[in-house]
This record gives sequence, structure tokens and C-alpha cells, in this order.
Amino acid sequence: MSAKPKTDETVLTPDQRPHDVSQPLDKLDPVEKIKADGNYLRGTIKQSLEDRLTYAVRDNDTKTLKFFGIYQQDDRDIRDERRHQKLEPAYSFMVRLRIPGGVITPKQWLKLDELARTHANGTLRITDRQTFQYHGVLKPNLKSLMQGFRDVGLDCIAACGDVNRGVLAAPNTHLSTVHADVYAIACAVSNHLRPQTSAYAEIWYDEKPTGPDEEPLYGPTYLPRKFKIAFAVPPSNDVDVYAHDIGFVAIEEKGKLAGFNVLVGGGMGRTDNANQTYPRLGSLIGFIPPDRVTDVAEKTVTIQRDYGDRVNRAHARFKYTLDDRGLDWFKNELHQRLGYTLDAPRPFSFDNNTDRFGWVQSDDGLWHYTLFVLTGRIKDDAGTRVMSALRAIAGQHTGEFRLTPNQNVIISKVAGKDKAIIEALLAEHHLGEANEISFRQKAAIACVALPTCGLAMAEAERYLPSLIDKIDRLLEKTGLSDQPITIRMTGCPNGCGRPYIAELGFSGRAPGKYNMYLGGGAHGQRLNKLYRENIGEEQILEELTMLFTRYAAERAPGEPFGDYVIRAGFVPEVKEGRFFND
Amino acid sequence: MQLIPTLTADQMARLSSFAREFSPSQWVWISGYFAGLAQAGGAGLAPAQTQVVASSSAPEQALVLYGTETGNAKGLAKKVVEQFASRGFEARAVDMEAYKTRELKTEKHIIVITATHGEGDPPDPARPFFEFLSSKKAPKLNQAHFAVLGLGDTSYEFFCKAAHDMDAQLETLGAVRLLDRVDCDVDYEETAHAWIEQVVEAFSTRMEPASSPSLHVESPHAVVGELAHGSEDQPLHATLGERVLLNGRGSDKATYHIEVMLENDDPIHHPGDALGVVVENDVALVEEIVHALGFNSNGAAEKLRRECELTILTPKFIKAYGEAADAAELKALSAEGNRDALNAYINNRQIVDVVREYPVQGMAPDLFTGMLRPLKPRLYSIASSAEACPGEIHLTVAEVVYESPLAKRYGVASAYLNHRLEESAALRVYVEPNTRFRLPDDPQTPVIMIGAGTGVAPYRAFIQEREVRGQEGRSWLFFGDRRFRTDFLYQAEWQQYIKDGYLTRMDVAFSRDQERKMYVQHRLLEHGKEIFAWLEEGAILYVCGDAKHMAPDVHNALIRIVAEQGGHDEEAAREYVNALTADKRYKRDVY
Repeated sequence: MSAKPKTDETVLTPDQRPHDVSQPLDKLDPVEKIKADGNYLRGTIKQSLEDRLTYAVRDNDTKTLKFFGIYQQDDRDIRDERRHQKLEPAYSFMVRLRIPGGVITPKQWLKLDELARTHANGTLRITDRQTFQYHGVLKPNLKSLMQGFRDVGLDCIAACGDVNRGVLAAPNTHLSTVHADVYAIACAVSNHLRPQTSAYAEIWYDEKPTGPDEEPLYGPTYLPRKFKIAFAVPPSNDVDVYAHDIGFVAIEEKGKLAGFNVLVGGGMGRTDNANQTYPRLGSLIGFIPPDRVTDVAEKTVTIQRDYGDRVNRAHARFKYTLDDRGLDWFKNELHQRLGYTLDAPRPFSFDNNTDRFGWVQSDDGLWHYTLFVLTGRIKDDAGTRVMSALRAIAGQHTGEFRLTPNQNVIISKVAGKDKAIIEALLAEHHLGEANEISFRQKAAIACVALPTCGLAMAEAERYLPSLIDKIDRLLEKTGLSDQPITIRMTGCPNGCGRPYIAELGFSGRAPGKYNMYLGGGAHGQRLNKLYRENIGEEQILEELTMLFTRYAAERAPGEPFGDYVIRAGFVPEVKEGRFFND
Repeated sequence: MQLIPTLTADQMARLSSFAREFSPSQWVWISGYFAGLAQAGGAGLAPAQTQVVASSSAPEQALVLYGTETGNAKGLAKKVVEQFASRGFEARAVDMEAYKTRELKTEKHIIVITATHGEGDPPDPARPFFEFLSSKKAPKLNQAHFAVLGLGDTSYEFFCKAAHDMDAQLETLGAVRLLDRVDCDVDYEETAHAWIEQVVEAFSTRMEPASSPSLHVESPHAVVGELAHGSEDQPLHATLGERVLLNGRGSDKATYHIEVMLENDDPIHHPGDALGVVVENDVALVEEIVHALGFNSNGAAEKLRRECELTILTPKFIKAYGEAADAAELKALSAEGNRDALNAYINNRQIVDVVREYPVQGMAPDLFTGMLRPLKPRLYSIASSAEACPGEIHLTVAEVVYESPLAKRYGVASAYLNHRLEESAALRVYVEPNTRFRLPDDPQTPVIMIGAGTGVAPYRAFIQEREVRGQEGRSWLFFGDRRFRTDFLYQAEWQQYIKDGYLTRMDVAFSRDQERKMYVQHRLLEHGKEIFAWLEEGAILYVCGDAKHMAPDVHNALIRIVAEQGGHDEEAAREYVNALTADKRYKRDVY
């Protein structure tokens, strides 16, 4: 482990740091002890995997497994039924890949598709962090699944856990060289911040220990909480760059990448009835050239490592460290650790945070087809055979695939002469531009929620599409059919579907009951505000009928719904995250 | 030991008059009481009734039960315990998830703190406890007083509903409310702490402080003497209690956990015994036969339903019916030398299939019923301990179903218990003692238990018994079935027994979870070295379940283990295993 910077104690005395890593272990959150005792993410995972009496792992190992992208879950739909049957819950695992920038090759696609059918529930789930999740993986299949990923050069390290997680990069299909440059930097950051422990290879590949482990960057207790990084390329804010611990906004000049504006302290998660928790948007702190990105990311991570709250996990994200100590303190600390200062931010502007569907040609002449995937779930069902279609395309395609932060997939780098092949395969599977799905449906995000996610209190993925159908009908009635509105829903307040920056957001409270939020920025630039608490569908639709009627009558030309509800006084504007609960 | 002693006429008369004062269930207890006295050589005869002993080791304790998902209720429960302690009283905080419900009937001071989730539901881990309290199994709580604190969120429709339910249910069970329920909103701290002050004050005035020795009442140890367990001729009346399909969805098996409720709580069996169930045939099946043979007397149908064996086809019936029906094919099957064809014919048919394939009109009902065997009760290994589950007998019943050329056919008893009996229906049962399949007298003797499918039933009774008696001798269970996910019978209970130390080890084999079929004998062989070591240390080995494949496969595996681990040739290994049987250390209950 690297020594902590010597400047620490001169900046703040221990009694000014009652919550961070300078405290003794027994004063910290129990997860800190699990990390400290876990011998660099080993825990008792091996023993847990060998236990044939359960498909679960030991409690402590559920925490450690997250660092390998693995969540223990159970089918909550049948939890009670199985308890009565004297059976343990139907445990299975969610396995999340690490795919920086969401770019994969057709060969990788074919393998991932095969593994979904042989090792999981037969579906692939694209997440809003540009990666795939496998659901329903049984414990005895975990190891061979992980080895299957390895066979095509993929892994799951740090896809969850208290570390820097999968790095997002705008799938930008317009500027080929900028995409290539940004993607390369995103991969470099992902690799630089990757945990170094050889536990992953020992546990999943049965490799022999390679000697004493160390984590030069993280140390034995890693970070206080998860850490997220995203790269945006204006004018699209499809990665929701304000919602990450660090957001890098690419500044393009004359078709070339000049560098990045840096945003810090974004994050979505909050807890109901805990006013000290709130979503926060990233704060703009300066501009850096491309070759300093890794350095700035690393130093920011080390500041959070040393100062983040390790006593109260609900208060452990970087956003709270920033708000508690102030942005000036952070910039000062960052500049000290970097040994240089950031330049003044450069101008930029966003105009949307959603995907553009269908064909787009990039500046190098290649074509890219963005395919809508309902709630990111790649599967075959009666009407649409998305999984078969993409498998067939992967069998012929020579370019690459890009997963989007809006949970769709881009068939990328198609030569003009090959467009017809892709179109024919899409048509054969009843997909393509002909499908009549509303653009609100296409712009929506829902997290997985029930039945697998242990945190969910209400439905999201299985419910949102039907709610949007009803919302669409309301909009038709009020003459707003053509009005884009970002709608997002999560099954709990933790914010995986980034609901707090939607124009219309929902977070689950209980089965069929949601908090309803209004006033988010139309391209992710402003938080929304709680409008109604704990209401069911009937009341949601009643409220929306009233709101849409007023909006249709009173809106200014081009005024987005999220702006209107603030101007009309339905909700106040949330200027900063710490005022979200006011 | 003395032979049966005789009583004088005077003694006999006094005993008879004495006996009239008591109920039959009290006789059972009294017989145990005298047996206990005899064993103790008369010590403890005076005082004759309950013995009151001073004991400082078990002072009166308040029980603080909490139901929580987020930990708030737990935190408050700990505060309650601390408050009691600061006043010199004993209390213990227990998560409803971990509470042993059989202790409830002895609790006197019950304090409950529970959260409410979702649509007025209890916290997930507390659900089983809530269900227990509102089930038939919940004890009377007339000796207890209680108080309830609710934690909730007023933005929900069913604010603190779980606490309301608990409060009402404790009262229903006879406990006395010492303090009105208080419901707390999300900012619960202040309200909760005020309540804690009050509750500790109110309860402690009714409790003995921990520092002084408290009176602890002990009953004389009741030894089970002659058990009033019924018989085939005089079965006991019982009712159907809970019936649960043990196989998870997606299974191709249907094994039911059946709880038979007795008329009272007197223990009438030992672990290892079987339960005889008086069965009746399915009305639909009887009608199918009556229709095929054109019987039109109700008496014949009733006799077929209650007295005749209709599901087991025998060569004797084929012969008799073949002649009565003058059916050439049946006669040919019954001829000398056609045994294989006869077996093949019998294998997947019942009486009804023969009757329908060779129907006869005008046969006298008595002639037909005379060809049939009497319907006998069916025996099932008992899956519960009388000590652990008083008044109940649990069975593990697999569905017997096969395809005859005409229809799906069911076993008489499994269909009767699993499907035909309605909720709370009456049935008749008796205990069939099996003294050859009992736990060792010395609880320290290690036991190895091997069972596949429903063969695991008696081991559930064994471990329940060991748990309720607090016996922690080493035990090792081998269990096999088809699939881990759906067919791991009583999985959650085994996991808990292992956690609590009443089951030392368990190994499982699921035949269809991998390419190569995996059975219990394979797991035995994998652990041959340790199995042999346990045997050498005097372990008793039990095998229960399928007699056709599992039992011989296990037997052969044992011989191989003894040969390999003990360095014996096959002959010597066989002798070793045979000696185990002779020493009553290799016990089988196979069927």
C-alpha cells in the first residue's frame, strides 16, 4: 500500500476527521471490517463456493463478491412460497461485466449471447452504465461463467463494490477520431483504477497465488463507497455526465480532442426519510489536456479514499465529502496532490441526453445503427426477437457493438455496402425503423428492480413500459404527442436509473407506490424535485392529466416540460443537491 | 430385572378407584411419572407434587422481541434491555427471525417492537413469527403480559399495521396488555424512548430482580411408558393440519409435508416409528369400476371404496378375474412359464385397468370383491419428534403416479393424503413402533444417516429430538434427490440444524444437476476415509428409503469403503458390515 500523502495531518487534525479512514477499524461501518479482514477481496469466497448445502454464499462474502461484479439475489416473487416449502430462497447471482465505454466485438457478442443461454436466465440486460448484466446465474455456474468471459478477453472486476466502477464513454457516432480518442482514455482510466489483487484469478480461474498482494492505489480497505466516472462528448449528454463522481466533458476543437472540462461530486443515491442524503450534480472545476486525465482521476480517487466517510455508508459518497468540506478545500487538496492547477473551464453546451435511433454516418464514412431495446432487456419474445436478431447480426458484422447509457445498442462501424445486410436481418426479426414505439418510451430508463434486485421496493423494468403507454395516451389527448419528455423509474431510492435528473422521475416506495419527481433538466443539467409522495398509478395519471393540460395551454415556444413545471410553480428549482430535500 | 409384579386385591381396588379420578391422557403422564420414580429408586418421592427449587441461575426474564429490516427496532430493543439491566432486572432481546417459538408458552413478560413494511406487512425476516402467532400452533398466553411498540411511516396507507396486528393477536392469545401500543413515525427516537421508560417501569414492578434468587418450578421428568398410540384395529382420531408441497416450482416430483393433528399433546411415538394411515379409495376410481362392471348397488360401491385394495394388482386377481371374465389373454398370462409377461402386464396397471380392458356384465358384486385383497392401512416413517411437536405427527409423502395404458393412476394413500383429504378433514391413524430404528441411548454416540427422497423423513424426527433435548452428539446426514433447486426436502431446516450444531455434517447428491448421475452412494465413497473412521469410533449407521436401488447401492458402497479404508479383502469387508448389522449398528428402514 502506498503511504498516505504526508500533507494529510497538516491539513486537518484527527479530531477534525471523525469519520474517515484515520479512525480505528472498530469505529467504522461493519463493511470496512469485512474489507480489512478480507485479505484483498478473498474473504471466504472459496469456502462459500464449495458449500453444497446452499446456493447462497456467506453473508460477509456477499459484500466482497460485489467487487467482482457479482450480487447475490433471489427471486422475490417466490420468496414466501419457498419459505413455506421449507426451501431456501431461490438464490441466484447477478453478474455485471466491466466494459469501458460499452464497446465489444462481434466475437465477444456471440460468446456473451451463448453464456446467457447456458449459464443464466437466457437474457442479457444492458444497463445504463454501458455494460451487460447476467441474471439468474446459479452458484455452481459462476466459475465457468467467469472463465467464459476470460476466453473473450472480458472480466467483471470492479463492476460493483467500493472502487471505481465501469467507466462510461459517450458512444458518439458522429466523430470517429474523437470517439476513438475518448474511448482509449476511458479504457486507460478503467485499467489504471482497476484493483490489483490476484484474488480474482485465484478464485475464478483457480490460479495459484502469485505472492503477497498489494493495492498501491486503494489500500486494503479500498474506497468508502462506490465511485463512478463518465466521459461526455457534447452536444449529447447521453452519459448523464453530471451524475458521476467525476465527469469529463470532451472539448473538441476543429475535429480534434483538445481536452476535458472536469466535473466532480455528482451522484444519484439517496435514502427515503434521511434528509442528510440527496442526489447531487457534478461541479465544474476546470479544464485539463487529455494526457492529464488519468492523473486527475487517480488523485481525486485518493482524496475520497482518505477523506470519505467510513462510519456512515449512507453518507460515504464523494458528493458528501465535497459538500462537507467545501469545493475550495477539495480544489486545494487536488492541486497539492497533482502538483499543478487546472485551467479555466472551456465553453460547451448540451442539447439532449437521449439516443438517436436508426442510421447515422460518421465523419469517416462508416455507418452506425442505433437499435432500441425496451428497458435494455435483450431477449426473444413473441413479437420481437431482439436476442436472435443481434446474434444473427453478430455472426455477419465486421465492425463493433456499442452499448449506450440509455440501455440501447449501436451496431457500429458498418460499411455502406453492408447496410442492406443489417437491415435485412433486422426486418427478418421484426425490428427496425418501422416499429412504432413512442420516443418517450425510447428515451426512458428503468432499473431492473423486482423480482431479482434485493433493494427494490416496487416494480420498475416490468412496469414502466405500460405506464408510459398510458402517459402517451394522456399526451395525445392534450395535443402533446410530439413533446419529448424524459421519464425514468427506479424501484428504490438508490437511483440506478438516474431518476433524479429526469423531467418526470419515479422512485419506488412499496408495491405499486412511487414518489413522483418533476422539474429535471431536459438534458440532464438540473435535478428534479419531489412533487408527490407514495402514490399509486391512478393518482399519478390524475396528476399528469392536470399537469399536461396546464402545460399544453401555458407553455412558451420550445419550453421543455421540466422547465415549465418550475416556472408555473409546481415545484421549486433545485439549484444544488443539498437543497433537494428542502 | 424383576418379572411383572402382582398387586394384592386391595391394592388393585385402590388403584382402580384412584384411576377414575384421571383422564386417559393423565394416565399416560402418570405411568411415566411412576416409571421415572422407579428409575430414580424412589428418590424425589416427597414432596409428591411439583418440586419447588431455589435457583439463581434462571431468574425471571423479560423477552424483548423485535421485527426489523433496517435495524431500528433492534437498536430500540437493546435499549430496553439496557434499561432493565440498569434497574437490576434481566431481559433479553431476540430477533423474531431467530426466536424459538416453542418457548413462547413459558414467557411471562413480552415486549414487542416491530416495524411495518410495504402494504402493512411485517418485516420480511419476522414473517414466520407473525404467521406462527396467528396459526393454530400458537400457544395460549394467559400467564403473560405484554406491550407493543410500532415503527412506521405515516406516508404509507397501512401505518404501523404489523404492530396493530401483533397487539391484537397477543391479546387474542390471552396475554394481558400492560401498556397501550404506541406507533412511531420515521422520527421515532423521542416517542420510542419515552415509551421505553414507561414499559420498563411497568414491567419491572411485576418482575423479580435478577440479583435475588428466584423460584424456578420444575416438573418431575415424565418418562414415556406405555404409549396410547392406537392400533390397526383401533386407530386414533386425528385431523389433517398443514399440508405443504415440499418441491419448488419447476420440479417433476410432488412430495408433501403432511401434519397430522392428534386429539391431545401426549407423546405417542418415538423417532424412528411409523404412522399407519387408514385410507379410502378414490370415489372416481370406484365409479370407474362400478360402471365397467355394471354394478348398481350402493353397497358394492361403498365396500369397494372402504374395504378393497384397488391399486395393487396381483397375479391372483389376474387368474381369478381371467376365469370369471373368460378372458383368453388373461388366462394365458396366468399360465405356467409366462411370468415375465405377467409381470410386465401388472407393472403399470391397477384393478380398474384390467376391468376396463376385459369388462363383464352381470358379475355378482360379491364374486368380484371376493377376488380383491382387503384394503390395508399404509405406513409412513414419522418425520417429527413428539417432544418437539407435541400433538402433531409429520409425514413426508411422495406422490405415486404412473401411466397405465388407459389413464394416469395414483397410489391410494399418497393421493388420499396429498390431494383428496380436505383441509382439517378427519382421518384415522396409529403408531407402528419400530424399535429397530431408534436413536442410540447414549446421545454422544455418533450417527450416520443415509436417505434419499422421502427416506429423509425419520432423520428429521431424529434431529428434532436431539435439538429439543439439547443433545449435540456428532451426526452426519447424506441426502439425495433429483435437483438441488426444487427437491432439497426440508433444506432450510437442515441448514438451521447445522448452524445450531444439532447436525454436524451434511452431504447431498442431486442426480439430475449434472451430466453424470450422482447418488448418495457416490458421496459416501467420496468421504470413505471419514465414514470408516466414524464407524471405527462406534458410529451407528441408518439407511432409509428405496429398497430396490438405493439400499443395495449404499450397502455395496459400504463394503467397498471398509475394504479400501480398512485394508480388508472383499470377504472380510462383508463380514465387517454384517457384524455391524448384528451389533445393531447398521439399521435399515427400506421400502
